[in-house]
Amino acid sequence: MANQKKYWKGIEQVEKTPEFLIQQENEFAQELPIDEFLNTDAAKDNAASRRDFLKFLGFTTAAATLAACEAPIVKSVPYLIKPEEITPGKANWYASAYYDGHDYCDVLIKTREGRPIKIEGNKKSKLTKGGVNARVHASVLSLYDSARIKGPMANKKDYDWDSIDNTVIQKLNAAANAGKKIAIISSTVVSPATNKAINDFATKYPTTKHITYDAISYSAIADANERTFGNRVIPSYDFSKANVIVSFAADFLGNWLSSTEYASQYAQARKVSERKDLSLHVQLETNLSLTGSNADKRFSLKPTDLKIALVSLYNSIAQANGVSGVSVKETEFDAQIKEMASALISAKGKSLIVCGINDIHMQLVCNEINKLLGNYNNTIDLSTPLHLKKGKDSDIASLIDEMKSGNVGVALFYNTNPAYTLPKSFDFENNLKNVDYKISFADRLDETAILCDVVCPDSHPFESWNDALPKAGHFAITQPVINPLFNTRQAQDSLLKWVGSEISYYDYIRRYWQENIFTKQTEYTLFDSFWVNSLQQGVFYLSAPEPVNDILPQAQVTTGVEQVPFSINDSLIDLANAANKENFDLVLYEKVSIGNGQHANNPWLQELPDPISKVTWDNYVTMSPQQMKSLGLNVLQGEQQMADLVKVTVNGETIELPVVAQPGQKLNTIGIAIGYGRKNAGKTADHLGANVFPLTVYENGTIQYNLQNVNISSSVGKYQIASTQTHHTMMGRAIVKETTLHDYVNDPSAGNEKATVTVKKGRETEKIEVDKISLWQGYESLGHLWNLSIDLNACIGCGACAISCHAENNVPVVGKDEIRRTRDMFWMRIDRYYSSDAEEGNLSEMEIASENPEVVFQPVMCQHCNNAPCETVCPVIATSHSTEGLNQMTYNRCVGTRYCANNCPYKVRRFNWFNYFKDEKFVGFNPSMDDLSRMVLNPDVVVRSRGVIEKCSMCVQRIQEGKLNAKLENRELNDGEIQTACSQSCPTNAIVFGDVNNPNTEVRKRKDDERSYLLLEEVGIRPNVFYQTKVRNKQHKA
Amino acid sequence: MHIQESSYREPLIIGRKDYKQITDDVCKGVEGKPNKYWYIAFTISFLGLLWYIGCVSYTIGRGIGTWGLNRTVDWAWDITNFVWWVGIGHAGTLISAILLLFRQKWRLSINRSAEAMTIFAVICAAMFPIIHMGRPWLFLWVFPLPNQFGSLWVNFNSPLLWDVFAISTYFTVSLVFWYVGLIPDFATIRDRAITPMRKKIYRALSFGWSGKAKDWARFEEVSLVLAGLATPLVLSVHTIVSMDFATSVIPGWHTTIFPPYFVAGAIFSGFAMVLTLLIIMRKVMSLESYITIKHIEYMNIIIIVTGSIVGVAYLTELFISWYSGVEYEQYAFINRATGPYWWAYWSMMTCNVVTPQLFWFRAIRTNLTATFIISIFVNIGMWFERFVIIVTSIHRDYLPANWSMFHPTFVDIGIYVGSIGLFFTCFLLFARFFPVIAQSELKTIVKSSADHHKSNH
Repeated sequence: MANQKKYWKGIEQVEKTPEFLIQQENEFAQELPIDEFLNTDAAKDNAASRRDFLKFLGFTTAAATLAACEAPIVKSVPYLIKPEEITPGKANWYASAYYDGHDYCDVLIKTREGRPIKIEGNKKSKLTKGGVNARVHASVLSLYDSARIKGPMANKKDYDWDSIDNTVIQKLNAAANAGKKIAIISSTVVSPATNKAINDFATKYPTTKHITYDAISYSAIADANERTFGNRVIPSYDFSKANVIVSFAADFLGNWLSSTEYASQYAQARKVSERKDLSLHVQLETNLSLTGSNADKRFSLKPTDLKIALVSLYNSIAQANGVSGVSVKETEFDAQIKEMASALISAKGKSLIVCGINDIHMQLVCNEINKLLGNYNNTIDLSTPLHLKKGKDSDIASLIDEMKSGNVGVALFYNTNPAYTLPKSFDFENNLKNVDYKISFADRLDETAILCDVVCPDSHPFESWNDALPKAGHFAITQPVINPLFNTRQAQDSLLKWVGSEISYYDYIRRYWQENIFTKQTEYTLFDSFWVNSLQQGVFYLSAPEPVNDILPQAQVTTGVEQVPFSINDSLIDLANAANKENFDLVLYEKVSIGNGQHANNPWLQELPDPISKVTWDNYVTMSPQQMKSLGLNVLQGEQQMADLVKVTVNGETIELPVVAQPGQKLNTIGIAIGYGRKNAGKTADHLGANVFPLTVYENGTIQYNLQNVNISSSVGKYQIASTQTHHTMMGRAIVKETTLHDYVNDPSAGNEKATVTVKKGRETEKIEVDKISLWQGYESLGHLWNLSIDLNACIGCGACAISCHAENNVPVVGKDEIRRTRDMFWMRIDRYYSSDAEEGNLSEMEIASENPEVVFQPVMCQHCNNAPCETVCPVIATSHSTEGLNQMTYNRCVGTRYCANNCPYKVRRFNWFNYFKDEKFVGFNPSMDDLSRMVLNPDVVVRSRGVIEKCSMCVQRIQEGKLNAKLENRELNDGEIQTACSQSCPTNAIVFGDVNNPNTEVRKRKDDERSYLLLEEVGIRPNVFYQTKVRNKQHKA
Repeated sequence: MHIQESSYREPLIIGRKDYKQITDDVCKGVEGKPNKYWYIAFTISFLGLLWYIGCVSYTIGRGIGTWGLNRTVDWAWDITNFVWWVGIGHAGTLISAILLLFRQKWRLSINRSAEAMTIFAVICAAMFPIIHMGRPWLFLWVFPLPNQFGSLWVNFNSPLLWDVFAISTYFTVSLVFWYVGLIPDFATIRDRAITPMRKKIYRALSFGWSGKAKDWARFEEVSLVLAGLATPLVLSVHTIVSMDFATSVIPGWHTTIFPPYFVAGAIFSGFAMVLTLLIIMRKVMSLESYITIKHIEYMNIIIIVTGSIVGVAYLTELFISWYSGVEYEQYAFINRATGPYWWAYWSMMTCNVVTPQLFWFRAIRTNLTATFIISIFVNIGMWFERFVIIVTSIHRDYLPANWSMFHPTFVDIGIYVGSIGLFFTCFLLFARFFPVIAQSELKTIVKSSADHHKSNH
């Protein structure tokens, strides 16, 4: 016996008292004393007395109640063999590049227990600088889209890869042998390795032609550059260097080209506290765009007048440069154009003109103006071109002709959906019938895939290896963060397979990088370390960017081709002769949420309100309210009234859509968003709105999105719009505080008057700032005090933060019907206000926005008040204040009286009206209703049950994680180490999170800035979220 | 000896009733079979109750989303109904407690039914705070119950918690007060009972009342003590209810005038409801001799007084909102009167301020039909008052981006209409099985000998 020692628990054990022996039997005497209770004589006696009866009744009721209180148990299965890199509860982050043919972002992907759950920007990227737009944020949910097809299909039946490969190779050979064309139709490919794979494919099948076609075309820009500079490229623009920006309908903050990149550049030039100066941004456009709503000055013009304005601007600038212009008719905005021209001339070399209209003449004149202003090599860089959006519209047009003539043997569709996006005049569906064999790489049976013989589903970017060269010198790697969920195969692997290559695409990329990129750098001597480093960083930069064509083995980058001789005067005359047509002009636009409609089946995007109209789940006709009144259409959808449905007829095509009042829309014009009216996208998206792609026309070698001679019928019915904001003006209240640059330079606290109360002291009255007096004692703040700062000058209203918040906090998607009932669940929303011309005090007039209003955006989330009105009224203390200034919500304790929500002046509290994860109503769009899309849920944040209030927690789970990390490493928290989902995702750095008790933090610096103010300061509730006044670059207050 | 009696004072009971007749008249309702009006009324009310149960079950089963509330208007009909019902209850307590302390003998004919109305109205009211909860099965958490979580306790800062105490105290005291008053009358029915079942039930209900002087002495004392307890409740309950709003930061709610204004409103609406009920009851149950025009007139006078207080309060609110200089406050009231809910505001104004003023005319306040119609107006007006306060204040508060409208669903309507069904089902059962007039006490004001003496002259 090795151990003879014995330890006693107490003297009772030594003595073995009878009580101890009994207790020893029953160590945890917590259970219901059933035996003791029922074994009494009384219980055995059948003739129980009344007292006994009541006793038993009470006991059983109590026991039954207690038993019923047990929460339902959900069993989880632990890892049998734990994967090496996965620690349950700890997130793994992978650097990657996201590209879907439309949006490019360098990202970090957060995975939990092997599931990608969140996208964040890669701050190492010089392109997107850590910014991610709403669509890329939402892409993680598209990964778990149950509309994706589960494996290869032929003739709409499931098939296996081997037999499909055999058939495809046979068909490809047949077409090549017959001399028939093999057409690969794709959106712009930014991956050098993919382009090489396509080239390999073309070598194997010599009749192959790769046609790049972008659903939303920027063809005219590249075409114009080809004519002006002999190089068909899209240049790099630098909005941060431009002191004067003039944009002709280019929505460069929302969607135009590489808008995430431009947004952060633009914001740099708008950081008024640091620069004490601002860029001047003038926008000329027809619809009110996100960019236009941020402009210092915005002109609302008909598309034809935009052309004339461009010519006038050219004339003014040309004159100053001693070049003669062309004659153009006089317009009422000539004086302002002259003013604009002089601003541009005075900022020579530091200005920028961009044009968002797919019209080669406009682009040519735009180039010419930029040339005259000396902007090339300053704000525009042709030597590091952008490789996105290189599609050439004339290529797809000629392909259609070839299809018509039956010359096309095989068509492969990669990352493109022409059956949905092409103009009606192309008659794509019928022409496709002339193609012998059609292959689609689509991830779902979309409008094109359904017409194809085989569908070889491509994996989601998060399941794929890829590389990217979105801009010269900017290399990036896409790495898979999850095994393919379904039996899908990367399109590149399919191509390689059909070429007969045995090598996987992963090895192919590696080999490509080894041969082409590794050799051009000097930092690493071993390829493996170069590769691993690039993979870790996500991006790689060559110290001196190589000329494009060395890296990009791609046919359509045509440099030095025969330069078409052209005269700028031809373009000018063409534009100057632009004639107004009768009826309406229609300007199609892209929404920041839905984009080109590719991700229409993503419920997060569908529910994200349009930043301007605040309408969700639909597209609609935007029309000026004045015009709607004259046409007898209902303007007041605001009060949940029905909107009028009208028929819109363009070139013989008719669609039916509701009309939404849009201040800032030019009279006699309408706007409609593209990306809706999907037929085969999935349950969420199908039959929402109407598809307007078929209305586009192909003219002058480009697809036109501005259409003339549009007929609008009178009301043909009623339709209820689902909008998250139904009231549009600030009613003269100091909600978004605003000033002008002129005033700001003179007085940094301009426009930021503090709220005061008048207090009587003896006979004197005195004005005291509201934050100096309070009935409450307040909280002692010793440790951290978390604050969120929102710079209204930097916020462009893009909505990326709202989606980021959705993803981080498992915010439910509630669908169109609930939004109609004003029951959105956004933890953070972006309020948008229009200015009003009404005089102060005329309340009913103040509800009406100006004809061409100034627009302000204000992100609002829980303000985490230090004297929180919600905390005092909760009867059960379900919401309480933390020592670090957070207003905390305890879901488990909440009984759902909603008193807190009523008493919140910001109305940021959201009630769970239903069991969003269980109620039938939310099938088909709420991610937590679906076993697949439930995988996107963040395990750090509980999914709330019905009947409880939820709201912004300032991402308390991230704060906690950050604090624990610092504690484990035994160090102090660094500023910026903890980021809330919104602050992390903001492409313009408008939102900053941090500890104001630490004097060295960014947020503290902002707190001390003269522009800082508290929203509804006069209520005296002392929020922990604060804003900075908006400063517009203009001389006088409007 | 000369009788010191004003020749102008009208008798409170007409028809020269003697003690036996009073007993017969009151017990008739319990002992006889109900007439067909009772059956019709009961069927309708009971259907209403079933509808109520259905809508409440649907709400609890599916969620508050079945109502028309939204992210901006988080309370609407639910709390409107709650305050409305609580308000209605107040008349009963006022009649039985305050009028008892003031020795107002005319209360004796109506106090029993008024108190019953209080009980049932409070039951209807108390249901709303429970069913309006997101998780009503956890309603016990609003009570300061000991629990295993140690420091987890209710929030004594919250007016909703004060409500819990106010309403539960109010209900308890009212119920006890009402029941104590019923004991001698139950005993009378017991004594007159001819069927064994009835005898058994009323024996149990009458708690062994023997009618001895000692019993009566204790009865009087308990009544007085309970009246003393109930009197502050008349003022406190609605004061506390008003604090749900008054202590908030929402313009239109955050008002110091609320406590007196709510109490006056409660008494106002309570008397209107008493009138509505009694005008029907005296007819259906042939109690015209006990509930006389004089009673109606007295109550109408109370309605003018309280209605005028309410009217002054409305005007004061408007004045203060202007005088405060707070733009949010000013807008809240301009919006009430001219915003999208103008119709609710002006319905309230018409029903509560204008119509009761008609009672200045003696002809109108002694006219049964006119009184009945006006009492209905007041009931509607007082419902609108709460709706206006609750919904029009929060539907457009500080940030215009949040502004929205409230649209009730069939469930909202069902629960409201159904709660009226619940109320009338209870009231009709009361009228059928309980003595609707406090006969024992009423007999104290029958001056039979004197009257007899006078009539023999």
